[in-house]
Amino acid sequence: MFISFFYLLRGRGLDVTPDEWMTLLEGLAQGLHQSSLTGFYQLCRAVLVKSEADFDRFDQAFLEFFQDIPWQGPLPRELLDWLDHPAEDLGRTLEELKQGGFLEESAEKILKMLEERLKEQTEEHNGGNYWVGTQGRSSFGNSGWHPGGLRIGGQGRHRTAMMVAGERRFRDFRRDNTLDTRQFQTAFRRLRQLSIQADENEEVLDVDGTIHETCENGGLLKIQKTHPRKNAVKVLLLMDSGGSMDYYAGLCSQLFQAAQRSNHFKELHTYYFHNCVYSELYTGPSLLYREAVPTDWVLQNFDGGYKVIIVGDAAMNPYELRERHYDWERRSYGPSGLEWLEGMKKQYPYLVWLNPEPMPKQPDYWGQTHWQLGQMFPMYDLTTEGLERAMKRLMSRK
Amino acid sequence: MKQIFSGTNQYVASAELMSAVNIAVTLEKPLLIKGEPGTGKTMLAQAVAQALGKELIIWNVKSTTKAQDGLYVYDVVQRLYDSQFGSHGVDDIAHYIKPGKLGEAFSSEEQVVLLIDEIDKADLEFPNDLLWELDQMEFYIPETRETVRAKKRPIVIITSNAEKELPDAFLRRCVFHYIDFPDQEQMERILRVHFDHLEEELLRQAMATFYWLRQLRGIDKKPSTSELVDWLRALIAGGADPRRIQKEIPFAGVLLKKDKDLRTLRGAR
Repeated sequence: MFISFFYLLRGRGLDVTPDEWMTLLEGLAQGLHQSSLTGFYQLCRAVLVKSEADFDRFDQAFLEFFQDIPWQGPLPRELLDWLDHPAEDLGRTLEELKQGGFLEESAEKILKMLEERLKEQTEEHNGGNYWVGTQGRSSFGNSGWHPGGLRIGGQGRHRTAMMVAGERRFRDFRRDNTLDTRQFQTAFRRLRQLSIQADENEEVLDVDGTIHETCENGGLLKIQKTHPRKNAVKVLLLMDSGGSMDYYAGLCSQLFQAAQRSNHFKELHTYYFHNCVYSELYTGPSLLYREAVPTDWVLQNFDGGYKVIIVGDAAMNPYELRERHYDWERRSYGPSGLEWLEGMKKQYPYLVWLNPEPMPKQPDYWGQTHWQLGQMFPMYDLTTEGLERAMKRLMSRK
Repeated sequence: MKQIFSGTNQYVASAELMSAVNIAVTLEKPLLIKGEPGTGKTMLAQAVAQALGKELIIWNVKSTTKAQDGLYVYDVVQRLYDSQFGSHGVDDIAHYIKPGKLGEAFSSEEQVVLLIDEIDKADLEFPNDLLWELDQMEFYIPETRETVRAKKRPIVIITSNAEKELPDAFLRRCVFHYIDFPDQEQMERILRVHFDHLEEELLRQAMATFYWLRQLRGIDKKPSTSELVDWLRALIAGGADPRRIQKEIPFAGVLLKKDKDLRTLRGAR
């Protein structure tokens, strides 16, 4: 019966492995669920879910699967049987896992081990589960190990799994949620390419090399030095500022701070633009005239080795993207925003676009540039998940 | 099923945390604890050790820690030094093998609680290097051709501040629990464990201020439980008038550690 729960969890994006499922069954066999749905919920989550980012997903899947089961009053016979005698379900589960193409060689071993465990088990473990109160209120007795030092956590025990799951307290930890500085920083750490920096003067003692050379030298000390390994990643950060981006000002400033604080980059340069990249970029977010830098200069000075992150909502009037701009100084039409962006795409093989606004389902008038640029660049949502995927993308040339 | 751990008189554990500990202990898997700083991750191991009456061995992980350090260290330099002066026992390599924290836990006669603190501080590969040792509870010392096997499988508690993602292979072997930030009710119980007598008014006002501060926008480092406890101590020692706490927030420096946060607070008032 419960193998479908396993598949539901996997279907909902939780990477539950058969090994973990086996651990869960072992836990059930040991009576760790205390014959209650709450206990079962806690056991499942502790064993199957390994990140608070997935708690919400798990809660939802759990609710989905057990929604028909009344959590107050007695549990249905079928569920009860299963919770009380998980062992009987075991053989079947293994069979079903095998059919699902999941089984590894070790499964036979696990099964054997489990069988032995179950044999060892006496009444107190499995059969003797007293069934007082479906909400597991009886599970926390006062009789403990260290009567003097014990504290009885009475409160909160009455909450059932359904209520806990239904509260969705962990919604904020979801990976696809927008994020805070710390999470940004963790994501930025993925941008790492350690290499020996031959162009630096700094030298460190090469211990292994020294030992080797000393041995070769008949035991007389011969010191070897080497250049330290450092992160070789150079980052160019281009941020959209003003207009529709004002909604995301807080988010963008967090991203900026995180990038600044991730001091492991070899170089980090930040420039700002409004809506789209034209002939000028700006060194400050307020886009003042005196802060302007020609885009050509940027393209000339930062070669294709730079990893480029563009942050912007890509929402603008279509003509802002496609129309050519009249250049007053040269008295001629300069390239359009689109052409500038195409130039950047050509120059930088490592380029991602982070968008705080999710991709529109259907391109409406304001969404069409978003749509178009999304086709043109690898575009990711500005969320933990999106950022992680973007960083991975930046590490490999495609 | 026996209830193994249910908090101590020094440590208030939520029901979910208690069940996570019990699951980990019964299934003999390492318990991985994550959570905001100051939610008592490290304290948990002490509480478990105390409640079960077992010895606690702490392995503090630093950025330079290698997995090998936890197993054993072969002190070659000492041996070389000794050999030059012809000391006794130079032939005996075992003499120069010093067990690390993990080795210590394995060779203990009694079951111990082993805390691997802040595992995410170390190198990315660090957890992977410990997979076999934590699974099988044994390791091999090539120098002495000896296998160290755990006499009594230790209870392993691992804490992480989520500075780095832990490898999947490692995660799959752990029981996981995330310590949520305590809600007001739980916090009150925690505070009552720390203080014998607390003036009702003082507690109420301090808690209200504390939770208000935490939800304030623009606070970089949110104050945690341990900071609240320190603050209350300061308030009591300084004889602050409970009625004025919320308005003036005396000793705000105890709660907020960053200049920027203090400025934010001043701006918000």
